Amino acid sequence: MLQLEIWRGGATGGFRTYRIPLREAQTVLDAVTEVQRTQDATLAYRFSCRVGMCGSCAMMVNDRPRWTCRTRVAAVAPRGRLRLGPLRHLPVVKDLVVDMAPFFAKWQRAHGRFDPGPEPASEFARVPPGEPERRAADAGIECIGCGICYAACDVVGWTPDYLGPAALNRAWTLVNDARDRGGTARLDAVAQSGGCQNCHSHMACSETCPKGIAPTYAIAGLKRLAMRAALGMRR
Amino acid sequence: MNPALLLASRLSALILAVAVAVHLAVIIHAVRNGLTASALLARTEGNWAFLIFYCIFVLAAAVHAPIGLRLVLSEWFGWEGRLADRLLVAFAILLAALGLRAALAVFLA
Repeated sequence: MLQLEIWRGGATGGFRTYRIPLREAQTVLDAVTEVQRTQDATLAYRFSCRVGMCGSCAMMVNDRPRWTCRTRVAAVAPRGRLRLGPLRHLPVVKDLVVDMAPFFAKWQRAHGRFDPGPEPASEFARVPPGEPERRAADAGIECIGCGICYAACDVVGWTPDYLGPAALNRAWTLVNDARDRGGTARLDAVAQSGGCQNCHSHMACSETCPKGIAPTYAIAGLKRLAMRAALGMRR
Repeated sequence: MNPALLLASRLSALILAVAVAVHLAVIIHAVRNGLTASALLARTEGNWAFLIFYCIFVLAAAVHAPIGLRLVLSEWFGWEGRLADRLLVAFAILLAALGLRAALAVFLA
């Protein structure tokens, strides 16, 4: 049997225990779905693609944020026990569902969107795959916006104003995009209070990112650029 | 934290890394050789190299410590703003004044 302790309620609430059969190759998301379909239809959780693309099924699994669709029960519950909770640092809507609005609001604050400039580009940008900027962008481009790094980051917990690893990682990929025209404003945005300088390089984001991205290095890159800008040096 | 403060924090840390190592090495050397207070003062009195080294050390500490403390106050206690910044500037001045006074005292001893 697999014993699950699942958070029920909103910001206040408690863990409730459920038992379901332990199955071969069962994922944590499978386990939650089985509880919801066979024992408690009121259990709220979120998922979509089930194959590690959409980033919607992240939750705290034994106090560590994980994508549950690609996490096997056998790998994280060797003694047949799981403790599931909503992602840290985000308002709880109900049970395992959090409100992602503050997370994506910070992407906007970090100018985490492509800026084509006032005029459409007249030429195609030529971006050699091997150039350093393209490779720096490649390293962070596969982010699926799951919020795992945000939940893992202690600085986000200490400094609610902090933009967080995902937003800063996105800003870094855009800073390295040759076609983007919003670099100066973006660098100003990420160098404000609550920006890249607040990162302590604990690397919890890089340790937990299910896509193997290392936002810590992206943030280090932003710190370097912000410092150069503060010294009046161009990139 | 803004980029200027981060830069000041990192540069002062660079200086402190060297200064603390030299400071500790000198202490260990002096203690192992059993130097007395008067023997130490005889070496520091009128020693410009000593004075310049410790002035740099003290100023680096006076820059570095308040910036770190500012972050600790903000992250651990949520205390930030103009009053906190003013008190931290006062703390920096206090550190610098006490340190420079001590360095000068053994230089003039």
